[in-house]
Amino acid sequence: MFAYLVRRLFLMLVTLFGISIVIFFLLRIVPGNIVDILFAAAGYVDPADKANLEKELGIDQPLIVQYWHWISGFLRGDFGYSYVSEKPALQEILPRIPITARLAGLALLFSASIGIPLGVISAVKQGTKLDYALRVVSLSGLSLPSFWLGLLILTAAVAMFGQIPIFNPNPQTWLEAFTTYAVPAAAVGFRSAALTMRITRSSMLEVLRQDYIRTARAKGASDAAVNYHHALKNAILPVITVIGIEAAFLIGGLIVTETVFNIPGVARFLVEAIRWRDYPIVQNLVMFIAVVVVFANFTVDMLYAVFDPRIRYTD
Amino acid sequence: MRSVRALAATAALSLLAFSTIAFAGEPKQGGILRMYHRDSPGNASIHEGATYSLNVPFMPVFNNLVIYKQDEAQNRMDNIMPELAESWAWVNDNKTLTFKLRQGVKWHDGKPFTSADVKCTFDMLMGKSQQKFRQNPRKTWYEQVNDISTNGDLEVSFNLKRPQPSLLALLASGYTPVYPCHVSPGDMRTHPIGTGPFKFVEFKANESIKLTRNTDYWRKGRPYLDGIEFTIIPNRSTAILAFVAGKFDMTFPTEVSIPLLKDVKSQAPNAVCVVEPNNVATNIIVNSSAPPFDNIDIRRAMALTLDRKAFISIMFEGQGDVGGTMLPPPNGLWGMPKEMLETIPGYGPDVKANREEAKKLMQKAGYGPDKHLAVKVSTRNIPVYRDPAVILIDQLKSIYIDGELDVVETANWFPKIARKDYMLGLNLTGNAVDDPDQSFYENYSCGSERNYTNYCNKEIEKLFDVQSQETDIAKRKKLVWDIDKKLQEDVARPIIFHARTGSCWQPYVKGVTIMSNSSYNGYRYEDVWMDK
Repeated sequence: MFAYLVRRLFLMLVTLFGISIVIFFLLRIVPGNIVDILFAAAGYVDPADKANLEKELGIDQPLIVQYWHWISGFLRGDFGYSYVSEKPALQEILPRIPITARLAGLALLFSASIGIPLGVISAVKQGTKLDYALRVVSLSGLSLPSFWLGLLILTAAVAMFGQIPIFNPNPQTWLEAFTTYAVPAAAVGFRSAALTMRITRSSMLEVLRQDYIRTARAKGASDAAVNYHHALKNAILPVITVIGIEAAFLIGGLIVTETVFNIPGVARFLVEAIRWRDYPIVQNLVMFIAVVVVFANFTVDMLYAVFDPRIRYTD
Repeated sequence: MRSVRALAATAALSLLAFSTIAFAGEPKQGGILRMYHRDSPGNASIHEGATYSLNVPFMPVFNNLVIYKQDEAQNRMDNIMPELAESWAWVNDNKTLTFKLRQGVKWHDGKPFTSADVKCTFDMLMGKSQQKFRQNPRKTWYEQVNDISTNGDLEVSFNLKRPQPSLLALLASGYTPVYPCHVSPGDMRTHPIGTGPFKFVEFKANESIKLTRNTDYWRKGRPYLDGIEFTIIPNRSTAILAFVAGKFDMTFPTEVSIPLLKDVKSQAPNAVCVVEPNNVATNIIVNSSAPPFDNIDIRRAMALTLDRKAFISIMFEGQGDVGGTMLPPPNGLWGMPKEMLETIPGYGPDVKANREEAKKLMQKAGYGPDKHLAVKVSTRNIPVYRDPAVILIDQLKSIYIDGELDVVETANWFPKIARKDYMLGLNLTGNAVDDPDQSFYENYSCGSERNYTNYCNKEIEKLFDVQSQETDIAKRKKLVWDIDKKLQEDVARPIIFHARTGSCWQPYVKGVTIMSNSSYNGYRYEDVWMDK
């Protein structure tokens, strides 16, 4: 187990190093830099002013030197300064992480707490009206884009209650604070819940046909014990995998949700930073997301062993 | 006795009613004005930007030497008011503009404002000081200024190379605040210090901008508001819904499109909305240095085929203006009269006849039904650019030109047109000040950085100087019309239309004036109050 852990950690470091190179060079392949954008916005070019600014920001140096400056700084915990706001990159990124983390956490919670039970019910009640209804709900969840759903929620809230549940930085009550996150989390988590529901259903259906389930029933185990103790425990592995992958993909959904609900989180900030070619922000933020995803995958792998005693990571 | 009592009661009631009426119109102190902002400005320094996304939130932090009267919609020479200056005078054969400065004005950090601050600001704008702006997009505004001299703490003079009456108009723009000498350009980008009615509190990129009342403002009793808070909402649908739901007191100025305006009026019928021209002209840029548009006949054919009313009808439901380079009257001060405009090829009302003439020119150039001219129509990847470009492509089809839309990301747009890597482009040109000096020199003078088409006509350039020095407004207007007509006839940069846009606010917001010939100059907000 120890050797496996060391091997996995080493692989994680290699992966992150590779990602750092991809992030850095892909960003440079995108045409234009911050100086181009600033001058384009002003509609003029003074080559001397432009050169001065490029020098001031260090983007006139060879790429390899720029990469070294960034990665060595990153390893030392020096994330540089945002080109746009001229504030330390960390100061810009850090306050936004808890906002997105709360939103992502709630969305995943929504996805699991709705998707898994409904998936189980749909499988157990296969072929019934309830099953069909749940399948329609899950299909709609997969087909509705989250930005559209978000706008629909906002429009309905304004039309029905005269209120708009967009981000409130200073909620006065516990309910306001909860609404600030819960409504957008539901909008972004709906698709994820639908996927979880479908995976749970198909995985449960497969498990429910196994011999040991029949044996358990023959031994007189209750429906609840069979479904939740014997079947779900074995059907949950692919669901965990999907939730793990969804956690990584969630950032894509969060970009639109944060935009529609005007949430000042990391995802929307990243898009803005890319628009401005704010290299220190984009590089450090994407690297941070990469670290989270790599660790999420690692955690999922470790969870396999917890949920399935047959899986043991041996040397 | 009874009648005396009745009379007294009637008088008291009348007095009460009268005082209520009077007080209903009296400005009230207090309240935070909540407004959404359409995007996150790159920084907080007005001098280093070229977008009104900067002027709207940061103009309230500053003062100019002079300013356009904030409660009049039209910016004119005769409604320029003193601000940090108490008075001004043209001397030395109109080659020196001297300002007497206001006494006792303090910067937001408590330091006194003096003539040295004015000199510092304009030396920096002219590129003559040690400290430099990272960007200085309006350096050309001060080309006729030789130097700035001070006489004590309360007098400053602009010494010109030649008379330029419009300098006063440029100084009255929202783009011309006075900066403090003791604060570096870098600090002004992140934490601006001004003398204005509101103090800067914080700017969280992509989130919010907060201003608070300057209790030490030199204009006693102003501002009325306790503060202004801008919430940055780039998604237009969310922003409008939030305004309708009452989360904001005001929309971002001139940011409500005509179709959206209908939605606002239907969902918030009490909202006060106005539609005004924003002095932004949608135009065509032509690369006349390379085939096929080096051929004047093809350029003229293209200008002849434009159905300007169709653009306005499709994009603005009829709420737009046809004009030349200068914004047309009545909102614009310098635009050609309709009768003169209609004498320019392509501006006549008979579009069919214009196109027949255009077809003949195309056939003369070797194109026709069997041989179409294929061109790429380049434009920025933003709806206000993309939408008219699509209509343009459709209209060009009628004269054997097959246009293909080439959308270019903002970062690459200017470098692309600067290196002439385009055949035909659709562009937007905003004018900060409704004055020919700003427009002509910037967009049409030989060698100007913003003269994207490299149009260069020395004869016209001489006329630019003549009109610029003319102090008689009627004479100057005539000169400007002739220049504008010539520019359109030369197909220098065919103007398609001048847009109109909407702004809305809740009925309790008072004292807001949306400027009708510029979107850059009306955001001091010291007279705005809330009747709540």
